Amino acid sequence: MDSGDTAWILAASALVLLMTIPGLAFFYGGLVRKKNVLSILMQCFIIACLISLQWMLFGYSLAFGPDFHGIIGKLNWIGLKGVGSAPNPDYSQTIPHSAFMIFQAMFAIITPALIIGAYAERVKLSAFLVFTLLWTTLVYDPLAHWVWGVGGWMRSLGALDFAGGIVVHVSSGISALILAILLGKRVGYNHKPIRPHNLPFTVLGATLLWFGWFGFNSGSALAANGLAANAFVTTHIAAASAGLTWALIEWSHNGAPTILGTATGVVAGLVAVTPACGFVNPISAMIIGMIVAGVCYVAIAIIKNKIGYDDSLDAFGVHGVGGTVGTIATGIFSQKAINPAGADGMLFGNVHQLFVQCMMLAVALVFAVIMTFIIFKIIDAVIGMRVEENNEIIGLDLTQQSEAAYTVIE
Amino acid sequence: MKLVIAIIQPHKLGAVKRELEAVEVNLMTVTNVLGQGRQKGITEIYRGAREAGGLLNKVRLDIAVNEDFVEPTINAITKGAHSGDVGDGKIFIVDLAECIRISSGERGGIAIG
Repeated sequence: MDSGDTAWILAASALVLLMTIPGLAFFYGGLVRKKNVLSILMQCFIIACLISLQWMLFGYSLAFGPDFHGIIGKLNWIGLKGVGSAPNPDYSQTIPHSAFMIFQAMFAIITPALIIGAYAERVKLSAFLVFTLLWTTLVYDPLAHWVWGVGGWMRSLGALDFAGGIVVHVSSGISALILAILLGKRVGYNHKPIRPHNLPFTVLGATLLWFGWFGFNSGSALAANGLAANAFVTTHIAAASAGLTWALIEWSHNGAPTILGTATGVVAGLVAVTPACGFVNPISAMIIGMIVAGVCYVAIAIIKNKIGYDDSLDAFGVHGVGGTVGTIATGIFSQKAINPAGADGMLFGNVHQLFVQCMMLAVALVFAVIMTFIIFKIIDAVIGMRVEENNEIIGLDLTQQSEAAYTVIE
Repeated sequence: MKLVIAIIQPHKLGAVKRELEAVEVNLMTVTNVLGQGRQKGITEIYRGAREAGGLLNKVRLDIAVNEDFVEPTINAITKGAHSGDVGDGKIFIVDLAECIRISSGERGGIAIG
């Protein structure tokens, strides 16, 4: 046991919670219309409540419990039985098992919360809760086991995903796209502009995401050491590089850079460096940031409008596309010199790693698409995923939660 | 009695207020409003999506005056809000049927000032 490592992981766990509430809540909350801002805050907040209990009761055991044929964790640790202050050497010898568990709990919370961006402003609260519980149990927990669990089949193949490019961002991002398509467009989308109601909220949220991401990525070293510092540095550089690149693209393409674009670029950079941060050097991180800003900009500003799906807040465009770029980039830029436990990427003479990354990406995409489709169809048939049109027009705050964010008088 | 309604550029409010106070028109109600004129609003860009027809921020003044003060009020607003560009705003004058001061119950011209 190491007190420094333990202190850092506990602090990092709190930082990752900060990413969801209030970081993501305000990032998304500012982007919706004022009649729906409380619905976003509620969805982010109640996910933290719901998934924390799911994780304690059985989610953690499914994801990280003793391996069952490489596909899922056994239920030996339900109710956190045996998950206490003694370290679990399979994951870390220097921190309490319970510290590792709570750090991972915060990842399980933010992943389904990222999907909120796709069905914002039109999902029924009850259906959202059931979807979140089923998706976390049937998509996130198995994927986390495959990639990170000891004995997980992707981990055994040598797939590299330092902090969750596949497990967190690709899985939530592609599921978000499927939901946006299945749920259909918001009433009025394409006919009249749907404007963000409070961009300062969005910038505040993006800033808290950036801040919390140091816990997410650097904490994934599971120790307070040089690898954690490398992840911290590369995370920061990729965010800075992607934010600046996005602003410059907007400047040349639209004539003016926007704060929404710059903040979106920063988040895309953070997403892309997530799988790579513990395997790459700062120059590579800067290049990854530039690439992801360009690719995500094209996906959001050009391709989305051409195809015409309504990914309300670009959950797919930022997390799905950014996570894909990051996962592939990890197979290109990784260096054993940075992390001996990793592998060299294509640039360092190991084309095989790029192949492994792409294979893992394809499997995760197919798995998430199929599972999300099935879960959606079941819930839609039983309780309906979408609110009635009239309630959508009035807004989710009043019709789903009987409250309003802003009052006119007093 | 007349009700003077003026729609002006928000950044001209300070100058208009100074001009009105110079001709002893001290009572006014000011609100933030949205609108568009011949320029047909502005274009906003969100994540690369252009959205034309955004309404512009304007400030609206509601000023009730007796007949003697109508022209000085119009002149003061015009002087303060004028730049010569599109978007300077408009002034509307309507007849005012009655005016009642709530604190004293006074009615008509004496209640306005």
